[in-house]
Amino acid sequence: MSPYEAILLTIITASTPLLLAAIGELVVERSGVLNLGIEGMMVMGAVCGFAAAHVTGSAWLGVIAATFAGIATSLLFGLLTQTLMTNQVATGLAITLLGLGLSGLIGSGFVGLPGVKLANVSIPWLSDLPYVGRLIFGQDPLVYVSIALTAGVAYTLNHTRMGLIIRAVGQNHASAHNLGYRVVAVRYACIAFGGATSGLAGAYLSLVYTPQWIENMTAGRGWIALALVVFSTWIPGRLAAGAYLFGGVWILGLYAQGMGVGIPSQLLSSLPYVATILALVIISTNRRLSLINTPASLGQGFVPDR
Amino acid sequence: MNKLRKHLELNVQLILEKRPQSSGLMNLFSPLLAIVLTVVVGGLIFAAMGKPPLTALYLYFIDPLTSWWSVEEVLVKAGPLVLIGVGLAVCFKANVWNIGAEGQLTVGALMGAIIPILWGEWQSPLALLAMLCLGALGGALFALIPAWLKTHFGVNEILTSLMLVYIAQLLLDWFVRGPWKDPNGYNFPKSVSFEGWHLLPMWGDGRMHFGLIVSLVAALVLFWIMRHTLKGFEINVVGSAPRAGTFAGFSQTKMVWFCFALSGGLAGLAGLIEVAGPIGQLQPQISPNYGFTAIIVAFLGRLNPLGVIFAGILLAISYIGGEGIQIELGISSKITQMFQGMLLFFILMCDTLILYQLKWISTKPNQPTSGHAS
Repeated sequence: MSPYEAILLTIITASTPLLLAAIGELVVERSGVLNLGIEGMMVMGAVCGFAAAHVTGSAWLGVIAATFAGIATSLLFGLLTQTLMTNQVATGLAITLLGLGLSGLIGSGFVGLPGVKLANVSIPWLSDLPYVGRLIFGQDPLVYVSIALTAGVAYTLNHTRMGLIIRAVGQNHASAHNLGYRVVAVRYACIAFGGATSGLAGAYLSLVYTPQWIENMTAGRGWIALALVVFSTWIPGRLAAGAYLFGGVWILGLYAQGMGVGIPSQLLSSLPYVATILALVIISTNRRLSLINTPASLGQGFVPDR
Repeated sequence: MNKLRKHLELNVQLILEKRPQSSGLMNLFSPLLAIVLTVVVGGLIFAAMGKPPLTALYLYFIDPLTSWWSVEEVLVKAGPLVLIGVGLAVCFKANVWNIGAEGQLTVGALMGAIIPILWGEWQSPLALLAMLCLGALGGALFALIPAWLKTHFGVNEILTSLMLVYIAQLLLDWFVRGPWKDPNGYNFPKSVSFEGWHLLPMWGDGRMHFGLIVSLVAALVLFWIMRHTLKGFEINVVGSAPRAGTFAGFSQTKMVWFCFALSGGLAGLAGLIEVAGPIGQLQPQISPNYGFTAIIVAFLGRLNPLGVIFAGILLAISYIGGEGIQIELGISSKITQMFQGMLLFFILMCDTLILYQLKWISTKPNQPTSGHAS
């Protein structure tokens, strides 16, 4: 394998968890809900996925467990913000703190244990093609899942009735309610979808990226995913591009460290965070671009009149 | 089958109804309810882990208060929590979301440490004063980055202030492993130990230090500001009714700058107090997530500086209690973070009762109870 191929492969590996977490949050935000708890849902997915895979020996069972852990955590968020009308920002933070604590507690018995790695796809002949074989036909399955999810979300939001309802609920929940749509139910469903993809993203970290459990192993990726959604101006295609760009920055830092460039490693490690801030500034400077797709009801709770 | 289900169906439904006025009683009662819920669920979790729940809860919440030594420890932990928490309380009250106090704390500690590390020979009370000022200044300046990005470019302050936490921690890591590493420190990632006037005055037989007074004074002063000055009024108006604030001539932009400078400055001061007090030098890890825990402190304290004092002490107990049960029962100290998250979760949940009341409504099919579509 040529070094360029290796770099591209690692970029995809670094980008996929960001894409998975962000595509779910994009749907959540399109429905008018701001869930800042991605980091918490992700880390819960990571620990439950690792634990299930370690106990059963099956990476796929780990992936399923992680998805359900993400959904369960997200439904806690849903319960508070949609049924009990709590502040979405504060509740998201609570989910993150709770997730980081609970995952540490669950994972305390799993630190340092060997994990189960999700095997890469291998298609006879195709995966062995020179140059593009590994890259296109030999990734791990979740890479394909993330791409399929992105395409599915893009299609659903723009070309289906369901997508129209989600967008209507996010743009103007009062009107959507008056038209007879069940605003709270739609939002619950979107929140659960976001939880599922965040759980998957967590599973990606503990079953593919580094198949072991490390405390706080999400390392801010949940927050970067949130920034990516803003950066994408709520458009799935741009989101995918942004995710790969960020994965690239992340890997660039790692490679530069490995090659022993005379730059302090800490500076290189801070690159993704600096890049996130820069990306947010760039996108926010263009008010028109960022406002055109912002869901108008973002972050506001909805109580139907009785 | 269908008939049976119809028979069993409850004819009442529990709904939330908005109160005509927010309930002052619930405002005080809700944190207590949240604490009770946290304790109950915590007990269930201990039981699920196969530990004796009552013993564990006793060790966690009561034991830290049974000896003077551990009470001192609680106060030492409560100091930074209160100092950061009061700043954040003002921020959140004004609807400004500074989530990066942990980073501002780190930069404050770094700035203040300039004096002991670069001018180690300058020994005078003024040196300590300069350190305190530099700490607050460092935190405030670092906090003004997200404030500037928000007011000039419209960037969401939650994300930027949080990203800056990671950057600040890496910066500290670089300093203690690089230029500021103690040359006689056997290559450990630590700075020189602070000495003489570069340390806060201590008293008692434990680790009580001057910083605790700073926290108390900050809380009292902010309480007074919020209650009796125009600035306090402005913060309340801008936070609860931004449009009304605009009509009253209060500037949103200035408010963002004020809140970030204030909360960042206090967080920076807390950071400096940590390194010049209990720690006594710079090291890669200077705070057990005080900056994030202070968010919970602010909410538990009802965003009221006096409430924050009590909330800070409670959360400090959770740190010490967590260490206690780790030693006594072999439970991971991560339980602390989980308890803290759970507490915030339950406070937010119980706070619903301030604005809403629970009500049973009849859902008999023949009665006209239209309108609750969802």
